[in-house]
Parts: sequence; C-alpha cells; structure tokens
Amino acid sequence: MIGSPDVVAFAKEDEYGQTSPDPWPLPEEFSVPLYPLADSNPWAKTSYAKFTKDFILISEFSEQVGPQPLLTIPDDPKVCGTFDLNYFSLRIMSVDYQASFVGHPPGTGYPRLSFVEDSRVVLGDSKEGAFAYVHHLTLYDLEARGFVRPFCMAYVAADEKKIMLQFQELSLRFSQASECLKAGNRRAFAKELQRKLRDLEYTHSVLQREEGLQREAGPQSMYSAHAVEKANELANVEKSIFEHRDLLKQISSYHRRPRRDPHAVTCQKCVDECLSECEELLNKYAKIAYPCGYSEKAGKGEDGQGHPRGQGEDDDDDEEEEGVKRKLSYTPQLIKAKSAKCFDKRLKTLQELCDKTFYEATVALLKETERSFRGDLCYLYTRRLDKALQRKQRVTAFLFEEDLSEDDEDELGTLRPFCAVNHAVDNYVLLNPPPIVLTPEPHELDALERPEHLDPASETSVTQESELGLGESHLESSPSDQTLETQESSEETKGSFSSDKSGVGLAEMQQGLVSMKSEAPDPDPDSDLTPDPNHNLERESSSEEMETTAGEDEGETGGHQTPVSLLEVVSELEANREEECEGVSGSELLAPIDTACCMAQEGFLYEASAPEAVPRLCQNSHLQPSQTLVVNQEPQALLPLQDDYTVGSPCSESPVTGLELPSGLLGDAVSRTSAEDGSDCTMSASTGSDQTASPLGYGAVVTLRQRKKAGQGALRFVRQYPFAIQALWCLLSGRTLVVLGADEGRVRRLVAALALFVPAPGKCGERVQAWLSCPFTLTDLQRWKLIGLQRVASPLGSSMLYSLSRYSRYISILDADQTTLRCPPYRGQLLTNIADHRTYIRRGSTYFLHLQSTLCHLAAKAFLFTFTHHLHLPVSATEGPEVVESRRRCFLQEQLGLGEEDSQILLYLSQLITQQYLQPNGSSAAAPSFSFNYTTSILYKI
Amino acid sequence: MQRWLFFFCKMGKKSPVLCIGEEQPKNCFTELQVLKGHFDIVRFLVQIDDFRCASAGDDGLVLVWNVETGERLQELRGHSQQITAITTITCKNEVTLNTSLITASSDRSLSLWDPDTGNRVQTISDLHSSVKCLLVLERLCVWLSGGEELCVWNRDFQLQCQRPNHSDTGITALIELPKNYIAAAMDKKIMIYSLTVSADSSLSVAEIRCLSDHQDQIRALINVNDGLFASGSHMGELILWNATEWNLLAYEHILWEESQDYNQTEIRMGAPKPSEMSIQHLTTNGNLILAAVGSGLYVYSVQTRSVVAYRKVAHDSNVLHTMLLSDCELMSCSEDGSVRMWEIQDLPLPAEPASSGFFGMWSFGRSNKQSGPPSKKVIDIPNIRMLELTGDLIGHSGAVQMFVSFTEKGLVTCSADHLLILWKNGERQSRLRSLALFQKLEERGGL
Repeated sequence: MIGSPDVVAFAKEDEYGQTSPDPWPLPEEFSVPLYPLADSNPWAKTSYAKFTKDFILISEFSEQVGPQPLLTIPDDPKVCGTFDLNYFSLRIMSVDYQASFVGHPPGTGYPRLSFVEDSRVVLGDSKEGAFAYVHHLTLYDLEARGFVRPFCMAYVAADEKKIMLQFQELSLRFSQASECLKAGNRRAFAKELQRKLRDLEYTHSVLQREEGLQREAGPQSMYSAHAVEKANELANVEKSIFEHRDLLKQISSYHRRPRRDPHAVTCQKCVDECLSECEELLNKYAKIAYPCGYSEKAGKGEDGQGHPRGQGEDDDDDEEEEGVKRKLSYTPQLIKAKSAKCFDKRLKTLQELCDKTFYEATVALLKETERSFRGDLCYLYTRRLDKALQRKQRVTAFLFEEDLSEDDEDELGTLRPFCAVNHAVDNYVLLNPPPIVLTPEPHELDALERPEHLDPASETSVTQESELGLGESHLESSPSDQTLETQESSEETKGSFSSDKSGVGLAEMQQGLVSMKSEAPDPDPDSDLTPDPNHNLERESSSEEMETTAGEDEGETGGHQTPVSLLEVVSELEANREEECEGVSGSELLAPIDTACCMAQEGFLYEASAPEAVPRLCQNSHLQPSQTLVVNQEPQALLPLQDDYTVGSPCSESPVTGLELPSGLLGDAVSRTSAEDGSDCTMSASTGSDQTASPLGYGAVVTLRQRKKAGQGALRFVRQYPFAIQALWCLLSGRTLVVLGADEGRVRRLVAALALFVPAPGKCGERVQAWLSCPFTLTDLQRWKLIGLQRVASPLGSSMLYSLSRYSRYISILDADQTTLRCPPYRGQLLTNIADHRTYIRRGSTYFLHLQSTLCHLAAKAFLFTFTHHLHLPVSATEGPEVVESRRRCFLQEQLGLGEEDSQILLYLSQLITQQYLQPNGSSAAAPSFSFNYTTSILYKI
Repeated sequence: MQRWLFFFCKMGKKSPVLCIGEEQPKNCFTELQVLKGHFDIVRFLVQIDDFRCASAGDDGLVLVWNVETGERLQELRGHSQQITAITTITCKNEVTLNTSLITASSDRSLSLWDPDTGNRVQTISDLHSSVKCLLVLERLCVWLSGGEELCVWNRDFQLQCQRPNHSDTGITALIELPKNYIAAAMDKKIMIYSLTVSADSSLSVAEIRCLSDHQDQIRALINVNDGLFASGSHMGELILWNATEWNLLAYEHILWEESQDYNQTEIRMGAPKPSEMSIQHLTTNGNLILAAVGSGLYVYSVQTRSVVAYRKVAHDSNVLHTMLLSDCELMSCSEDGSVRMWEIQDLPLPAEPASSGFFGMWSFGRSNKQSGPPSKKVIDIPNIRMLELTGDLIGHSGAVQMFVSFTEKGLVTCSADHLLILWKNGERQSRLRSLALFQKLEERGGL
C-alpha cells in the first residue's frame, strides 16, 4: 500500500506543495485525461437508447398539425429503431427559444418579417435515452402564418457527453446548414413575392379597368354601392401591393442586418448575388406597382378607346413592347377571393421552401455532418488529434499520409461559410434565376375576350403594357420612393416609418391577418392537391391567399360579372378588417388567430405553443444576441399527439410520415453504404486509421478501405518473401521497383500491396503503375516508382527484356513468377521492424497502422534532416563541401544511427520534402529530375 | 527472367564490348532530367552561354534550354525541314555581348535568331543549295556557309561574295586558318581559300591550293592549334597539316587488326569493313587529338606524333561524337545509345593489353610533301597507355548524336529518340536545392 505509486504521488504533492512545472509540458491537444470515465462503464449509457446510432432529425412545427418529423439522416428506419420520432419532435420543438415575433410592431406600417437568429439548445430525455443538440431556425413562407415556418434540426445521440463536448462543432455545422437553408429560402421567398406582385399587379389593372368602365357607364352611379365596393377592392389591392413590396424590401435588407450569431457565416458571394437579385426585383416592382401611374395610364387608355380592352390598344402595345418584354413568359393571374380553410391549404414542404439546390446542399451537408460525428466520443477525439497533428505536418504529410480535404479546416474553428452553390463553379442558373414559366392556362379572361386573344402572348401583353405604362409615369415619383426605401432599410430594426404611412400600414397589417384567416375556411378547388406539385404550388402561391379574385366560375358565364362577386367578398373582408382594426392593437398578434375559422385542433396547437409566445415576443423586440440555452431536464408531460399527426394533415399529398419523406431518390443507396461504413468505422475505432471519415475529396482516389486491404497484402508479402525488406528498401529509397509477372491479378495485387511503401504516391497514386504491357522508357521510370509489368513471350517480350536490362541500373526487378528479386543489397536495420517475416501481426489493418507509425517516424527524421541548416550548407565561408558532407554523414550515422543504405532512404525522403517545399504544387516549367546512384545489384531468391 | 539476367551478366565477359557494370564510383552524373520538345532526331547542340544551350534536329525546330533548371526557354520555329547546321555568332555591342544563332536547313534557307526573345531576326531563303556547314569569322565580322558553293555573308545577312564549287558532294566542313585562309573539306580533297578584304572593304574569295592526300572521303576537319590542323577520312586516314604552309606533317592510317588470341570461335571477315575504320569525329585540346574510329577511340599526341592510347571497341556501335575533358579524361557517345567516360591510365604492367584487339598501324611520311619529321612507329613506343572506362550514361533509347558539357553544371546529350537528357551531379544539385530551401525558409520567415 505504501509502495503503491498513487500514494507516493499524493504524498509527494503534499510534501512539496507544488511540484516544479514540467519543463516539457505536453501541448494541450495531447493531454488525454488518464481516467476519463472512472465512475461508469462507458458503454452503459447507450444501452437503453431505442435507436442504434446517432442520427439527425429535421422537424417542423406545422401550423396545421403541430410538431412533426420531416426527415432523418441517415434515412434508414433501422437507425431509429423503435424510437418515437413524433414524440421526440414534439419535445424538441417545444423548446424553441427563437424569437418568432410575427407581424408589425407598433409604429410600423406593414407586416414585418421577423429576423430571428437561430437558437441552439441541448436537450435530454433520459427516459428515452436520447440526448439532442437542437437547432431551431425559421424560414419564410408567404402563405404561412406571420410568414414564418419554424423548423428545427436535431442531432440525436445516446451519449449526452458526446453532445456536450461536441457542442461547438455541432453548432458550427448546423449553423452552416441553417444558413444554407435560409439562403435558399430567401431566394425562394423573393421569387414567390415576385410572382405574387405580378398577380396583384394584374388584378389591380383589371379592377381599375372595371372601375373605369363603371364610372364611364354613368356618373350618376358614382356613389352606388357597387362602385364603392369596387373602389374598396381596388384600395385593397393597392395596399396589398404596397405590403408585398415592403416585404420584398425587408427580405432584401436581410443581409444588411448585423448578425448577432457568431456562427452565422454566409458565403459572401451568395449574399451579394441574392442582394443584387432582390434589388433588381425591387427596382422592377417599385416601378410596376405604382398604382397611380397605372391608373392614369389606364384612364387615358380608356378615354381614348372607349373600350377598356380595346383591340387597338392591345395591338399598339404588342407592337411597342413585343421586343422588350418577350422574356416575361409568366402569365399573371387574378387573385381570387377564395379563403381556404387552414387545413385545406397545403403548406409548402421544406424542399419547396428552399431552393432545390440549397435544399440538396443542406441535406448533403447534414449527411456529412452525421458521417463525421460517427463513432463514440473517444474515437472522435483520437481522430481529431490525428487530424490536428497531420495539419501541423503539412511539410511532410504528403509523403505517406493522404492529404486532408479542405473541409477539415472547419474543425479548427475557422468560420468558413458553406456555400450551396459551389462558387468556384460559374453558376448562371442561380445568378439569373430562371424565369418562372407557368403553362398559360386558358384564363377566364381570355374566354370572354375575342378569339384572337386566346393566345397567351396577347394576354401577357396586357401586363406588359401596364408595366411599361407604370414605368413611364413612375419616373418622376421614383426618387422619393427610393429615399424612402433606403430610410426604411437603415431604420428597419427600429421600425420607424414615415408617419403618413403608418396608419394605413397598420390597417394593412390587419388585412394580412384577415386574409389568412379568411381564406382558410373556403374550400378551394384549386388547392386540392393536383398531382403535379410544381404547378400546383406555383398557382397556389400566386393565386390563393388574397381576397381579391377573378373567379373561375364567372369565367364561364362571361361578361363583366367578375367584379360583382369580387366585391362581395372584398366588402366582407373589409368589414372584418375594420372591426379588427379597431379592436386589436398591433402588438397582440396571436389573438386574431383564435377565431372561428380555426378548428379545435388548431386551437389546441396554439395553446400548446402559447408559453413560447412570450419569450418570442420579447426576444424579437430587443433582438437579443442569440444565446445557446441548455435545457437539460425531463420533459413535462405532453399530450399524446402522434395520432393526430399521422391521421390529420389533410395535405396528405406530401408524405408526412416523416421518415420516408426526403431524399429517397438518391439518398437510399448512398446512405445505406455509408451507414455500413459508419458501423465499420465505429467497430474498428481501435484500428484508428480514421480516415474513412475524411469524406470529400476522394473520388477515384485511393480510399482507406483500399489501403487497409493493401495492408493485408503487404503483410502477406512481408511474411511470404524473405527478401521483402530489400524490396521495401528499394521503394523507400526511391529506386523504381518493377514487378514482373505473367498473371495480371497477381501482379496487380502485389503492386497494390507495395504501393503502401511508395513515398509521395500522389493523391491518386500517380507514382504507381499497376499494369503495364509495353516496354517502358526512361521517362516512365522517372514518373513511376512502382510498375507492374507484364511478362510476355513474344518479340514484344524480348524488347521488354531489353529495356529491363538496359535500364537495370535504375530499377529493381521483382519477378512474381519465379519469386526472385534483383536489387542492390540492403543490410540496414531501419526496416527490420516493418519487414519482419516472423512478425506476430496477423491483421492487415494492424499491420497498416504499424506501418503508418514507422513511416511517420521516418518522415519526422527526414524533416529534421531536411531543415537542419548545417547539414547541408557550410557554417562558415571557409568550409568546403567536404566538411559539410562529413558532417552530414556523421549526423546520419551517429545521431540517427543509420547505415549507408538507411541513409539513402532518408536522403530520398529529404529530397522529396525539399522538392515539395520549393514547388508546393509540383508544377514547374522544368522537367522533373530523377536521381539514382550506381550500385551493383544482386539477385535474391527464396 | 533468370535466363536473361544470366545472359546479361555473361555478356560483360564474353562480348568484346566493355561492360563496366553498375558500380561506377567515378561517375558523378547521378541525376538526370529528360528534356522533351523535339519531334524527330535531335542532331545538334550548341552552347549559347554558360547556362543556355540550343538544340536542333530533323524536325526543323530549334529549342533553347536553360541547363541549370532544365526549362525550355525558347522555341524557334521557322524552318520547314531538317536543320543541317547551326552555330552561334557573337556581336559585341557597346557594352553587351550578344549571342545569336545562325541555322541552316534543308529547306535551303538560313536564319538568324535571337535566343533571348525567340525572334527570327534575319532570314534568307531560296538558296541554290542547302548549306551543310557554317563558319563564323569573328575577326572579319563575316560568316561563311558551305554547301555546293561557298558564300561569304556579313552580319546583316548580305552576301559578300561566293564561289561555286566543282565537286559533287560540296563542302562538308570549314575551318579557319591563320592569315585569313580557310580550309574546306570536299569529298577527298581539302581546298584552301584565301579571303581578301580590298580597299573598298569588299571581300573576295580565291582558291589557293588543293590538298589531295586523302584516299577516301574526308569526314572530319579540325583546327588543332595555331600551326596545325587535322583531317580524318572514311578509311581511317588521319593527316596532320601545317596550317600556314598547308603541307602534310604526319599521316596515320589506323587499321584495327585481329588479334591472334582473340576468341577464335567468332567468325569475322578477313579485312575490316571500311566503316569500322571510318573517322567519324575528331576533337582536340591542342595536345591530343581524339579520333572516333568506327566504334573505337584513338588518342594521338600532337607533340610526339604518336598514339597515346586506343581502344578498338569502345562502343557497341559507331562513335558519333567525342570530347576531351582534360589530358586524361575523355567522353564519347555512340549509336548504341550510351555515353561513356574514359580515363587514360598508365598500363599496370608493361605487357601489351591483349584483351580487346591488336593495334596495327603504318605511319609514314610522304617524301614528296617535304618537311616535318617523319612520324615514329607507334607500336615501338613503350609508353602507350590505356583507355579505361570509368562510367557510362544510359538513358537514351536511340543513337546519341552529340553532347555538350557545361562542366560542373552538367552534360546535355541529344539523341535520335527525340529527347535531350540533362545529366547532373546529384550532390551538387541537392546542395543547390538545400540552398534554395533555406532561402525560401528565410523569405517566409519560417515554415
């Protein structure tokens, strides 16, 4: 007991107070805690988790059905096992600490988009044995309540410690994914707004025309109920146009907002692109959507022609604008005053909310995240150490290590934005988003027009005309508009607006709310779920939701009854709005939602989420810096909602079952194999070699799996051939080794095994030629350090033999058929530990690791040798090269203990390091040099 | 495989060709760079300055290389057919020394190139015949082209005068002799021309003498020193001439003779074929003349008028180019694709080297061409020495046409396999690389 080392250590500490500081302290990253988990069995924790391994879960708080899981990564039901995703989604969505303030704060005119930072939470559910890093984010959706859709991404693991210790990195990775999603979402949102604005614009023009018609019909009917309705409707549309323009402004000002989130780094180029895109849109719509301008023009048109949609006018416009506006292939639609019920409305899926490219990139990023976090904490830790070390050895890493892919930089903590559209590639599709082409449906308006208007071109020409007209008339007023814009963007967070607008804005805000509410109960024929989601979506987004309408039913009846029905609806809404305008102040946003149109379920959902409303509100109003809250407590009992989710959700068109939803197309095979990889990887964590997880950058490149296999082959070679050590020496000292054989498979296997020993083999093994069946030349010897050569019994064979004998001084020849090796003799000791044919190592991967460590050792020596000045250059001017030479020899022999042949290995490695250092890319105008030496070869036999 | 290895090892012992093996401690060329760029046989190499050289060949291309780095500096394109002659011409401007290249091609054109810029400065096309040799007379600021006619040009490529030729073969070699005389080799004769500058600085060429002592076509013509020049013919005649009086000083007919104790089993023709005795190339350092005779080498001392050393079979095939590095070191390249380095060593024993052949030679002075001491019989000379192979450079897969040595910077060889190889001293190179490494390290301020 006394003699036990523990006691002695403690006693010593007591005696001397503090021990003297270690003169050679280990760097921070090497200090592994000796007994990290002294108290518990490290495997105990995972035992009761219902899932087999970690996964990423994406959930949504649907305004229709509440929290629901959308997709898991990996997309394999086996992974989750019996784990209840619905329940867990509820858990994670219920801790959303994001500020999700919706609507317009007091003093602002228009509905505000809430700019919320993501929130990060660690959440534990010990009953389920699940712990999760939860990342909440909010996406914009024009059709959603308050224009926002809350989502969350969660990394679910059984090991709490893993989550806690990896928090920073998880946060970093998920922030990237979130930024990517949001970038795509902003794009999609802007596009949607664009569509919407066009529709509104069109509706506006139609309404105006109709109003003008009425006015013309009789001045006495000026104040008729009809006309008032019409006017109201028109005002409504105008407001709505203003609103949407404002939204566009807001979304484009998104990037100028200072980010509080330190992890939120976006690709600057993406940002710029998106910004310019938005600006462009904004400019465009600042012109188009100027209602007065249009009305003047329209009025003029009507005055002149006497008929609102006169033939002449259209013709004129056709002539004028045809060339200019041909590109606008989108057919605007009248906004209908249908009010879909909350549950009939089909909410956009995550894919639709984000640009497809961005969505896919995000999923890919998450997949990679999942992959990189595979394995237990210990494994992750070792791998990180490994990588950190490798990164420090850039000078020598090229010799025997595979080079690290670029993404690994992230792990260092450098914030590198993740860019969905790889900006190295010129991506014009995204620079100029493709024009939204909708099939020009035979619109009801066309039906009532003359036959020649049935073609879509004429229809578009209507809009074109209006656009241009507005553009002209807008010219004088645009400056003021612009200034307003800039003001807004700068003062946005304060929400100050010019006072004249604020009153209207408030009202309009309400209108927005009403619109959502009112459209809900209306069973919309359009929104039931036509199988083609694209068209459906486009149409929905453009035509639903707003109260003005060009009813389809009226289309058949023809004539000008459209406005009538329109007006009815609108007036209703108007009344509604006014009511609310009086009753509700802008800040109490959530109140109007709980109205008749919401079914019980919906009501419940809001109850459930009610507690969060308060923090959301306050957080938004102060724009707190995003903080990461760690909630690590047992969940409160929540109502069992799962049944509702699965049964409910009228929009069953999208497979809401969650797991099957996502990337089924391409994800399946990939994720499955990767899953296998992962399990393998975790299993063989001890075999370390990690580099499985360096995921990108290895296309056709030598993978770890191949290298491990090669390790097996190399082990077999070493055990089988007594002259293996000589062969290895040849490879390591830079003498080209030719493996000669008649059997291709055998030669290829040998080459693959021996390729492990080729220093600086290149990323794709450029220095190795596995199978060559023609005579080689000197340049081949220079290029390849390991060649598999076919032995043929033909004239060609003799010429090959000739080249072999001719260049015999530069090569070593391993005859696979006769098992002989011809090479210079090697008598060194350096390689004995990797080429011991009586080795006890039995497994290829073990041998591979053993090999790696030996080679690493060699590389370190070579590094030391290369960068030691006095071994290569004279210290004083009087010294000749002989002195340096003898000093070098002395260093190699006495300090490194290397013999003549072993020194050659080091000299070769040193030469490679020097070359790599001088020409990092390996590209120079000069031809590569090829060193050799003149020594006799001898023939080794078994 | 074993069989061929065996064969290879035996080859060294049995074949008359030397096989030095792989152990070559005296060979310092332990690094090479393969320079690619030509598309056909590379025949000529010219040293431009101490770090550049130009190569030219049958593809009509002239490439300028940096010998230190192995970079290709310029690519001079212009000739449509093979290059037949190339030389450098140095212009002394006020301060700088400007070296240009003159090339002649089978497309019957002559060009002047600036190797710094790669520009074709001057060109003359549509000559009557293609030029086979070029000679620059720095002293007179003119240069001469020899083919079927002898032309004299000034630096601006203006024809000064020309002299038609009566021989079928035309002029194959030109050398400058003292006092503005020029020797030109034409078939079996050597013509002496005089170049006179008249008062109005116009040039004229006159035929002075015809030396017709050679029995066969003259293959090589060189200046030995101020008072001597030498010529070698296809059938192995080596004649030493007085450079001022143009009389014959020594006549050596090199005959390789079968030695009696040579391996009897090998069947040979009774008399050696003339090509085996053909003098392909002559080179000198003033003291020694090195002749490439067939596939053998022959070292002749100018002072003693006697053979110093010889080796009948120095290469597997005809020797194409030779060089004397010093009084005891020489180098040769051959059609067999190798470059060999030799050392003239004293014989370890006074006994004759009986291994590789017997040297037979008649040497006699011609009485009708008077003066000059008659050369002695070399066979009698006891102090004959030995050519010992010290190293060989194997890399080319075709005949090595020519090589140029940049002393310590390396050796450039050109070959029929379209390649140039830059042979370097590996130790020197590694020292240079280390120097560069530490310089870069210093610039960067660390790793």
